[in-house]
Amino acid sequence: MDHLDQLENLSIHILRESYANFKDSCMLWSIGKDSTVMLWLARKAFLGHVPFPLVHIDTNYKIPEMIEYRDRLTAKWHLDMVYGQNKEALKRKQTYPDGAVDRLTCCKNLKTEALKHTLSGQWPRYRFNHVLGSYEVDKNTEPYTGVIVGARADEEGSRSKERYFSPRDRQNEWDIAEQPPEFWNQFKTDFAPGTHVRVHPLLDWTELNIWEYIERENIPTVSLYYDQGDGKRYRSLGCYPCTTPIDSTAKNHAEIIDELRSGQLANIAERSGRAQDKEDGGGLETLRREGYM
Amino acid sequence: MVEKSESMNIVIAGHVDHGKSTVIGRLLADTGSLPEGKLEQVRETCRRNSRPFEYAFLLDALKDEQAQGITIDSARVFFKTEKRHYIIMDAPGHIEFLKNMVTGASHAEAALLVIDANEGVQENSRRHGYMISMLGIRQIVVLVNKMDLVDYKQEVFDSIVAEYTEFLDGIDVKAKAFIPVSGTEGDTIAALTDKIPWYSGQTVLESLDNFKKEPPPVDKPFRMPVQDVYKFTQSGDQRRIVAGTVDTGSVKIGDEVVFYPSGKRSTVQSLERFNSPTPDDFSAGQAASLTLDQQIYIARGQLAARADQPAPSVSKRLRVNLFWMGKQPMVQGKDYLLKVGAVKEPVQIEEIISVMDASDLSSGQKKNTVEYHDVAEVVLTCRHAIAFDTVDVVPSTGRFVIVDDYEIRGGGIIREPLADEQQQMRQQVMQRNRNWAVSAISREKRWERYNQKATMIMVTGKGNVGKKTLARSIEQLLFGEGKLVYFMGIANVLYGVDADIKKPGTDQTHRPEHLRRLGEVANILLDAGIILVITAIGLTQKELEIIQNVVDSDLIEPIWLGDDPTDIEALHVPNLEDLDGTLDTVKQLLQNKGVIFKL
Repeated sequence: MDHLDQLENLSIHILRESYANFKDSCMLWSIGKDSTVMLWLARKAFLGHVPFPLVHIDTNYKIPEMIEYRDRLTAKWHLDMVYGQNKEALKRKQTYPDGAVDRLTCCKNLKTEALKHTLSGQWPRYRFNHVLGSYEVDKNTEPYTGVIVGARADEEGSRSKERYFSPRDRQNEWDIAEQPPEFWNQFKTDFAPGTHVRVHPLLDWTELNIWEYIERENIPTVSLYYDQGDGKRYRSLGCYPCTTPIDSTAKNHAEIIDELRSGQLANIAERSGRAQDKEDGGGLETLRREGYM
Repeated sequence: MVEKSESMNIVIAGHVDHGKSTVIGRLLADTGSLPEGKLEQVRETCRRNSRPFEYAFLLDALKDEQAQGITIDSARVFFKTEKRHYIIMDAPGHIEFLKNMVTGASHAEAALLVIDANEGVQENSRRHGYMISMLGIRQIVVLVNKMDLVDYKQEVFDSIVAEYTEFLDGIDVKAKAFIPVSGTEGDTIAALTDKIPWYSGQTVLESLDNFKKEPPPVDKPFRMPVQDVYKFTQSGDQRRIVAGTVDTGSVKIGDEVVFYPSGKRSTVQSLERFNSPTPDDFSAGQAASLTLDQQIYIARGQLAARADQPAPSVSKRLRVNLFWMGKQPMVQGKDYLLKVGAVKEPVQIEEIISVMDASDLSSGQKKNTVEYHDVAEVVLTCRHAIAFDTVDVVPSTGRFVIVDDYEIRGGGIIREPLADEQQQMRQQVMQRNRNWAVSAISREKRWERYNQKATMIMVTGKGNVGKKTLARSIEQLLFGEGKLVYFMGIANVLYGVDADIKKPGTDQTHRPEHLRRLGEVANILLDAGIILVITAIGLTQKELEIIQNVVDSDLIEPIWLGDDPTDIEALHVPNLEDLDGTLDTVKQLLQNKGVIFKL
């Protein structure tokens, strides 16, 4: 077994533990490379099936290719796809692109708030109807109690402190100092009513592992990660007003892997193209405590 | 350049302020493993907070921590050498954060233990050493840090080596090496320096590369805790897949497997995988998926073993060593949850044999409770028998955690299975399961056809509360809804199957045997797919366990009738004044449990 096999096996084990313990679970799919690898791992864990809904928070400012790609895979893999949105903030133009608020507040409005209320079922969920081929308001408004998230420990400081199974209280808040112990592959799967858990199957993966695995498994990824001929590509995907592409001529998996191993990106932080990180001082901690992914 | 090479998890532990984070920070810097953004970010934070830059801050990426100056959690640090990739887990040295240290250390294959040359061996130097050995880590290197503060004196180093070696001897651990270092000055981290001329051994970096990768335990007997049984029929997939991660050993097509504690057996028909070719076998460490050639009913919590290899132990009573991390002490007479593999089982302390003070490891104290951070030897009694191994035979199935009030608060290793009163009965049941002639029609197919899940509705309570009335009414209700249901009067069994043993009455000696036989008859009817309604007078928890041993325990729905207290977990019906209302409640229960469908 090589390192990727070890990572794959542990992630599958975690996904299966989550599914066995939380019947009302969902997986957050940001359309990015990490959560797409996680989706692929779910198909491995459940032998081609994904037995829980995938939830996407659509900020309305996502790069259009991301939404196209999402709906294409939804139909092809027959995914139970659900998205949520902060319609109110968008209507009242409480966003950074509208010039009304700063970047962090915009993230809070369009991502954190939308996520919180979509998970709890308080705001409408839009679910893909495979017969009609379009989204409709989901009748299920039960809260999701197990939320599977593709965070990696190497992304930035605060994420390196997560557990595989990490509790969140009623307000979605994260008590970093009071985290449960986790050993011998025994996870916190018992919860007081009203609390929920975030499950992190990718915690031990690095950015390089992700690309090596995408290459090995030939996982379809959104085209934005590759140079389309203009010498630019995205390393990390987000909303277009706050995410800038990097200079790179990597056109395929292998070239990206080379770039990460020894090339120009070997020593540059992954989220350097994400503007909101810089506004949050030493990492994403403020956002994450309130429930940001 | 390291390509897809091996990787190793290392934990770095030791007493608070003995310099763990500084050692790691220095390792990262000296090996050029820092992403540019990271170093800049930390320097920037230091500048903003008007603090001098320290290597330790590299790890203390959280604002909280920098304020407190202690590592509150096991931070993961990625770095690599020519030889392999490393994930270093920085375990907090503060006693309050023992649970975080355990979290970090349990994933490790080797440990670096840091001792401050100036302060010498401290409480957590010992405690962490002990925990690391209990967690199963065998490769330990001790770093005597802050040598600069003692003028690099060899006597200081030698006396710490002597003192700590004696301690490790006492817990049967042998350190691979002791290394004199200075994290702040960088001595002996990546290279030997002339400040320690009397030391010519390995550097910290070399000692990491000298740790050996332990091969996955494929030579041990096959063990796979069943995580789940999948059937995605709604998506057109007819496979019935038994899923679990192989702890030890290996399994291939054609192997006869036995599931414990039920003793049910079958043969592996296929090994399943998505988007990969079918493997020759599934072995230790792999997340496996297999199908069986006989449609036996198994569920999460059973332990799969191979029929041609040594069987695991099955018992309700275990002698264990455990450590406790709950602020409330662990006490006798209280229900906890025990988790071993995929098993989750109510458990109590039957006896506290001895409690060890983990700080100086003086043993043999007789105490009535196991307190915060104690290490103890105890006897645990589970409500139902579970399958496991002793830690010396198969480490992974010989380890457990204890859940208290939703939280994992303890952990430990199983030393020995102890006898319990139901052993003989379990043997009989396992024998029966081994020889059970399995129908070609699976349980699920039968349930699908009958539109119901076979279930034993057990109506119990004191005498003259109306058990039979309720039982017959439930039968009528379900029959009226088109269900295959049967009220099995106890007399039907007593005077037939039980004709050779004394009837109950004033003499209760044969009651366990009566219940066992009742269970055996019920078991056949349940296998046939029928919903059974049975009455029994004043069933206790222990007696219910007898039936649970004989019948798949998830097929039993107990109802306690009357307002008398009971120790069994059941639907409580105080009286039959509102029979229709009661029947509604029972119906709802059956719907919620998936016995019958909601209309």
